[in-house]
Amino acid sequence: MLEVTDLSAGFETEQGFLEAIDRISFQVGERETVGIVGESGCGKSVTAHSILRLLPQPSGRISGGTIKLDGVDLATVSEKEMRQIRGQQIGMIFQEPMTALNPVHTIGRQIEECLKTHGWRNKQEIRDRALDLLREVGIPSPEQRLREYPHQLSGGMRQRIVIAMALACSPKLLIADEPTTALDVTTQAQILELLASLKESLSMALVLITHDLGVIAETCDRVVVMYAGRIVETANVKELFANPLHRYTAGLLASIPALDSVPKTPLPTIPGQVPGLADLPTGARFAPRSDHPEIQKYLESDSFETERPNLIEASPGHWVEDCDYVRTDR
Amino acid sequence: MKTGIEIKDLQVHFPLRGGLIPKVKRVCRAVDGLSLRILPGQTLGIVGESGCGKTTLGKAICRLVKPSSGSILLDGKNVLTLRGRNLLRYRRDVQMIFQDPAESLNPRQTVGQILLEPLKIHKIGTAAERQDRIKSILSEVGLPPAAVDRYPFEFSGGQRQRIGIARALVLRPSLIVCDEAVSALDVSVQSQILNLLLDLQEKHGFAYLFISHDLAVVRHVADRIAVMYLGKVVEEASRERLFAEPLHAYTRALISAIPQADPTRSRQRILLKGDVPSPIDPPPGCPFAWRSYLRCSEEMASRPGQWVEIQPDHWVEAHPGTIENYDTLFPDAPRPEEK
Repeated sequence: MLEVTDLSAGFETEQGFLEAIDRISFQVGERETVGIVGESGCGKSVTAHSILRLLPQPSGRISGGTIKLDGVDLATVSEKEMRQIRGQQIGMIFQEPMTALNPVHTIGRQIEECLKTHGWRNKQEIRDRALDLLREVGIPSPEQRLREYPHQLSGGMRQRIVIAMALACSPKLLIADEPTTALDVTTQAQILELLASLKESLSMALVLITHDLGVIAETCDRVVVMYAGRIVETANVKELFANPLHRYTAGLLASIPALDSVPKTPLPTIPGQVPGLADLPTGARFAPRSDHPEIQKYLESDSFETERPNLIEASPGHWVEDCDYVRTDR
Repeated sequence: MKTGIEIKDLQVHFPLRGGLIPKVKRVCRAVDGLSLRILPGQTLGIVGESGCGKTTLGKAICRLVKPSSGSILLDGKNVLTLRGRNLLRYRRDVQMIFQDPAESLNPRQTVGQILLEPLKIHKIGTAAERQDRIKSILSEVGLPPAAVDRYPFEFSGGQRQRIGIARALVLRPSLIVCDEAVSALDVSVQSQILNLLLDLQEKHGFAYLFISHDLAVVRHVADRIAVMYLGKVVEEASRERLFAEPLHAYTRALISAIPQADPTRSRQRILLKGDVPSPIDPPPGCPFAWRSYLRCSEEMASRPGQWVEIQPDHWVEAHPGTIENYDTLFPDAPRPEEK
């Protein structure tokens, strides 16, 4: 349904154009949940914003590739058409519900506005639809909530409102950018449960962007791991957690304190830090932090200077960066 | 610190003023009567969700907010009445690490100045000794010696947190309050900082009060864990016991809500009703019973629970709405309704 091919995007800065994502490709099938995971600055939010064409203007732009939604290339459609696609075909949820809602308008007005934008005219129908949406996302006493302002609601309630607005036009794809990061664990559990049940009942596809591998494990069918603007590994969720092929994925998985790990023992870490956007290598970007025994050989080689590793299918459905020095099985 | 810090029935209430002629209208009960002990060299973990009062508790221990009642004793001496020189001496003993290193470091000071200031305030050592100590602290937290002349913005998030740790460490305290010290960091950096915190504790033997919303992280570092809900501790036990046999319904819900990085695991999430109530005008009686997934009548919920030692060193707020099998566990305990 959604097919992203060789998508690159970045920002104009004083140091010239800096690429935040570099030729990334992935697909989302009907009713599929795809998780995009990575640390701050890996380009996962830029990916979401590029798909929706919401990169900050004027500095951000898509510099290459295609984003096909049912055959239509979102990278080239006009802004007017894009406005119809956003909301109607792709819904979106952002991290901080307070900034996604307008503090000076009531909840009702904001939901109604989004229905009106997409061609709803009959007042009674709009109101009924708004009430239905609030019920659908599990908000008690919806009639009263419609008259309230965002500050009168708790964080979890606000996120439910944002979800209700995203669902207003029954999109077939929902993009959720860190939807539970700002929430408490018990509220997070409620919201994840809600997203999963809505996805079933509305038969949507879901792209879930998060830094939390636990959230990925519990909600996604397939996972895309990003590092420094590139996809380094993608696989079915069970396969990825059981058999990570990229050293970055393996390192991330190992560094989370699990509920069955031995307390007070040193956690495995990934040495070094994420490179800045201005000095990204052409070769495997994780290589300088890799603990492969012969990594030095690769770092000094010409191929690290000049060759960008592509993704190869290591086993059916399991793609990984084609560079032996960052793989766990080489 | 010899025998540790003992907190007895601590209350921190914030009066909320309002109206044309400001007068106290309502009270925010941020910390509402809790008792805890922090032993030398040990780590006490505090978990709870936003608004449960865990940060206020940390601040009260550092004497950064004024408790309304109760006492905090350091080696038997009341900390809340300290003034002048004695208070300064106490502050040297108890240091704090904050959540967001970008906001808790002065952007106009170099790392050297940041680390020098506490030494100046507490009049420790000569100029040369101070510089030596700064250098050794920097290497202990894993920063290069050249960091002395650089500013906080030149560092990444993880390194900035190392500066925050160095600042807390430079006075050689016996208790460090870590308020969500690793929450703002990426997972790979978080594990580096956790390792550093554990190494430093092993080397210097200070105690931590480790405040976090992340139970998995707290489990990794703490010896004892206290679970807070709406200004009160609802369960306190050793790490092993709390995870092996959580009794309070809230603790169980928290543990079940942690997303596990294991897709093969079948999840059994306990979902709670509604949201955490506000500490301003909290519900009467047992505040958790109102949200509990256990059966509990409204009348029952409006009666307070009791703080009992259910097993040696395992304390819990006992109430029919918070503990499964309340009747079998407490056959003789007076049920709240009979009181």
